[in-house]
Amino acid sequence: MSANENITELDKNGGLLRFMTCGSVDDGKSTLIGRLLFDTKTILADTLTQIEKTSKKRGMEAVDLSLLTDGLQAEREQGITIDVAYRYFSTGTRKYIIADAPGHEQYTRNMVTAASTANLAIILVDARKGVLTQTRRHSYLAHLVGIPHRVVAINKMDLVDYSQETYERICGEYRAFAEKMGLIPEGGDLQFIPMSALNGDNIVDRSDAMSWYKGPTLLEVLESAPAAHSEHDEPFRFPVQFVCRPQDSANPELHDYRGFMGRVESGSIRVGDDVTVLPSGRTSRVKAVHLGGEPIAEGVTEQSITLLLEDEVDISRGDMIVKSSEVPEARKEVEAMVCWLSETPLSPARTYAIRHTTRTSKAKLNGIAYRVDVNSLEHVDATQLAVNDIARVSLKLALPVFADAYTQNRGAGAFIVIDESTNNTVGAGMIL
Amino acid sequence: MTTLTKQTLSHLDWLEAEAIHIMREVAGQCERPVLLFSGGKDSICMLRVAEKAFRPGKFPFPLMHIDTGHNYKEVVDFRDKRAAELGERLIVRSVEDSMKRGTVVLKSADESRNKHQSVTLLEAIAEFEFDACIGGARRDEEKARAKERVMSFRDEFGQWDPKNQRPELWNLYNARTHKGENIRAFPISNWTEMDVWQYIEREKLELPSIYFAHQRNVVIRQGAIVPVNVPLASGELVNVPRAGEEIVDMEVRFRTVGDITCTAPVISDADTVSKIVLETATTTITERGATRLDDQTSDASMEQRKKEGYF
Ligand SMILES: Nc1nc2c(ncn2[C@@H]2O[C@H](COP(=O)(O)OP(=O)(O)O)[C@@H](O)[C@H]2O)c(=O)[nH]1
Repeated sequence: MSANENITELDKNGGLLRFMTCGSVDDGKSTLIGRLLFDTKTILADTLTQIEKTSKKRGMEAVDLSLLTDGLQAEREQGITIDVAYRYFSTGTRKYIIADAPGHEQYTRNMVTAASTANLAIILVDARKGVLTQTRRHSYLAHLVGIPHRVVAINKMDLVDYSQETYERICGEYRAFAEKMGLIPEGGDLQFIPMSALNGDNIVDRSDAMSWYKGPTLLEVLESAPAAHSEHDEPFRFPVQFVCRPQDSANPELHDYRGFMGRVESGSIRVGDDVTVLPSGRTSRVKAVHLGGEPIAEGVTEQSITLLLEDEVDISRGDMIVKSSEVPEARKEVEAMVCWLSETPLSPARTYAIRHTTRTSKAKLNGIAYRVDVNSLEHVDATQLAVNDIARVSLKLALPVFADAYTQNRGAGAFIVIDESTNNTVGAGMIL
Repeated sequence: MTTLTKQTLSHLDWLEAEAIHIMREVAGQCERPVLLFSGGKDSICMLRVAEKAFRPGKFPFPLMHIDTGHNYKEVVDFRDKRAAELGERLIVRSVEDSMKRGTVVLKSADESRNKHQSVTLLEAIAEFEFDACIGGARRDEEKARAKERVMSFRDEFGQWDPKNQRPELWNLYNARTHKGENIRAFPISNWTEMDVWQYIEREKLELPSIYFAHQRNVVIRQGAIVPVNVPLASGELVNVPRAGEEIVDMEVRFRTVGDITCTAPVISDADTVSKIVLETATTTITERGATRLDDQTSDASMEQRKKEGYF
């Protein structure tokens, strides 16, 4: 490859895609990730030498790619993954962040954590076993956390003689259950791929052994999945993180400068747009949009910008700036799906803090409508929530939040629950 | 599928926007944050991110360097120059002062001071009552970092407990602490070495000269390139060759710049950022594998040091 080719390679802008992998122990999740890193040449020689050594030490013949995703000491001792790990690779056109989370039922919270930032989920199914309880659980969680693009990866096809019939039977089973449970992504998509992570079939390279499969390889799906945070138009939501008032005496121009700094959670904003500030309800108009100190015409979703308004409005961290034509309602009670993350159960008697965008409020439990059995997906009665439980709850808030439904707008519909005695993050909520 | 009306940010724009967001969260949630600035490439990127996050205001935190006393003069000079250009306050605390106080005791005079930075850092945190330290660590650097949170909680002893980390969901970072506790915030967690170099290229960031190819006296010790007779500002020479070692003159550059005693250069003729970007794209050795003389002792050495309060 000549130097010039290389540079243009690096300049192609496919943006950045965050995805997660869901699989239970032994489905081949680590092998799959190892294969992606290996085939995209992300793994460098010294790392490879190290895992070759370890593979030999453990008496294996071939290099065990799953060792690449080996993590912390404690996990090595137990031989399992117990936390979310983040991995990176790039194809030259696009950069990827993989959230690698374990799939056991007792790690539901880790899966929810990994899913929260993912735009695509790979759900692994062992071709010998077909759709199992764990497949249902993973599919439900990916759906609950609103991942729009899902790939059902039917792995270990080499162990079923690359049989098209087996593949199609599993696809059929999956579709039937997903439809019945309402788990087909709305506006998103669902893709099935037969593969062998071990041999590299249909991951990066097309499989010779499965010439009957005409669909895309996994990497083709990853390369073409929309990387944008959302594919439908969302209202402008701008939670204020920080207010910049330089009052630099050396520079009189800055004396009246008030910049409202934040990241566009959704939608876009232009100079001249009419805006409303929440909770005060004061209105003004956008005087300027700055990015890194430079004026720009429009601020878009996920950009970290600074807004200057035409009027002097009192705004502080925790306030939200929205377009006056699309003001969200103030909610002092929220209905939400909550995943409990803490070993200490949710106590109906206690007051917690919740963080929604940059806004914090005290919150108390009003009631638990039901808990979801993540295996059967049935609703069951509950009076308490333990770690890994998922439930529909209602909360009473001390201060209003300005939220959208999570299914409409992930950024403006999510919150975390904080235990103020430990400051720990104990719950994750999605507003209905 | 609905039509794509959203503009997609390039990966560098996205990473930058995320890093700005994280820095502003630290500034918004913490009372006394500090940004750790070593003069190295990662922290140089962080300073540019901080400019984009907070200008035209001043940074809502000072800069701080924990100096081992064994840093390359080029890097220390660069550190001071950059802080002065930005007009931001730079605090320097040194491992040598901790040695004088007796809180750092070296096993031998030539033991690497790198891991002893933790002690000095914790002393500085106590001195200034910092409740958050913004650092330039990246998850792609090392296995134990792959699971590091963006906002990583440290107890009163500065310890990191891998089993007791706060869950981190969406972009809702929890930087709350009680008195004495501390958050380590990593705005460029999701950047890789390649991203860092591409960002430096795009933003035309100035770097200490030793990142670029130059001639240097080295010896080959157990397969590693060890720079020798490196002069400190005081004139003292560090890494004096051992008896029988042959000094050779090589064209090298540094991929990371840390303590002289434990940072090795790589053979390279890349003398511009764009050549380094190319070289990074085609290298076959990881950043730490190539350049850290202290991480290869055991599989878990980084994890061990982090538990003890290392960055
Ligand atoms: N035959 C075959 N074995 C596989 C395949 N993928 C993974 N494995 C094996 O299945 C076992 C479990 O894989 P691993 O990646 O560790 O699973 P994880 O627990 O989901 O991370 C290992 O022995 C792998 O070598 C595959 O496609 N075909």
